[in-house]
Amino acid sequence: MNYHWNWGIFLEQVKSGDETYLDWLITGLGWTLAVSLTAWLLALAIGILVGALRSAPSRLLVPLANAWVELFRNIPLLVQMFLWFFVVPEFLPRDWSLWVKQEMPAKEFVTAALCLGFFTSARIAEQVRAGVGSLPRGQRDASLALGLTLPQAYRHVILPQALRIVIPPLTSEFMNVFKNSSVAFAIGVLELTFQARQMQEDSEQGIETYLAVTLLYFICAFAANRGMAWIEVRSRVPGLIGGTR
Amino acid sequence: MGEFDFSVWQPSLPFIRDGLLFTLRLTLVAMSGGIVIGTLLALARLSPIVPLSRVAGAYVDLMRSIPLVLVILWFFLVIPFITGAPVGAETSAIATFTAFEAAFYCEIMRSGIQSVARGQVHAAQALGLNQAQTMLHVVLPQALRNMLPVLLTQTIVLFQDTSLVYAIGAKDMLKAADVVGKNYNRPVEMIVLSALIYFAICFSLSLAVKQLQKRVAIIR
Repeated sequence: MNYHWNWGIFLEQVKSGDETYLDWLITGLGWTLAVSLTAWLLALAIGILVGALRSAPSRLLVPLANAWVELFRNIPLLVQMFLWFFVVPEFLPRDWSLWVKQEMPAKEFVTAALCLGFFTSARIAEQVRAGVGSLPRGQRDASLALGLTLPQAYRHVILPQALRIVIPPLTSEFMNVFKNSSVAFAIGVLELTFQARQMQEDSEQGIETYLAVTLLYFICAFAANRGMAWIEVRSRVPGLIGGTR
Repeated sequence: MGEFDFSVWQPSLPFIRDGLLFTLRLTLVAMSGGIVIGTLLALARLSPIVPLSRVAGAYVDLMRSIPLVLVILWFFLVIPFITGAPVGAETSAIATFTAFEAAFYCEIMRSGIQSVARGQVHAAQALGLNQAQTMLHVVLPQALRNMLPVLLTQTIVLFQDTSLVYAIGAKDMLKAADVVGKNYNRPVEMIVLSALIYFAICFSLSLAVKQLQKRVAIIR
């Protein structure tokens, strides 16, 4: 089969409109970043909380936190997107349901960011729990002996150390968020994968399109990796093997 | 609360079953092909021949840094140029997942091989086994056994990821649910059904993997 290369395609106008294909890709990159970063912040907040609860001595909270993790880990992300987009609004009170379906601004974006955030929070919770588990028991005992309450011990002693220990797995999770955000195309978020499919159909220059989009995903993952490495270096715990200068 | 009508589940079952059969076939083919190719890749990565290990490493890194949806689109676009004829979404999906999962199984097998004690290799050589025999009869069986729970966990992830063939319209379980939902105008009920089926399968498999993990652990 012959393929007609056309590297100038990015500067050409789309078939129906004034924009160029490059504009489409830039819009796509913007939405990919918006979905990924919002989801990441949400995931960190919930993931740390749930992860801490899973390691806490409570007969009520631990099973609840475990159920949270199992729920989000055992359903495909794409199905979760559909659940949030089509099913959850049906379970809201009537007025809210109507508002979500008809008036909510940037409905696709909000849904995708929530969905990806909750999905990622379950994975972060696993890692945070492992990080807390890797600390010597003495840290908790010493905090309690000093008169801190258990929540205070978590807040000031346990979590600050545990979170630094789990930075390497969190780094790959941060890179995963960018990759997973591609699933948001299925509910109509105008992110990179959506734009890639749209541009491929519109321009029929599939290979150039996918190469450009692949490169943009690479850049996102690389930036995420470097950013986390920067944080890792600056937050080392002195006295641990990874913390010696 | 909207009004639900779950009676649509009953007529949907034959379609769901056919879709689920494809999902399972895709998972099993990609798993077996992926483990075989992944093991070869792992051997290549660990080989002392530098160009070979570089190429294998580059392949693995490439696959691991691109979103799966994009890989699925790439294969669907490029395979016809290689074979010279259009291929169905199902065939394309099977090729994609085998190639993609091989990169992930490769990393698991590599850490499995590296976890085998060096004394095992020395002992095998002392017994007169050559390099290939040592790998095949001593190192790989232990690596495989050590990594069995991780390999199976990856397979559960693979099973979930097969739903992404939605991007090219292959007829898997999710697609079947989607089609029935549209035909009967009951999309919400069908999404709930597919979520329940995925959850039931993945949750029971992950419980089984936990049990297995306790039993296969090699006592040292």
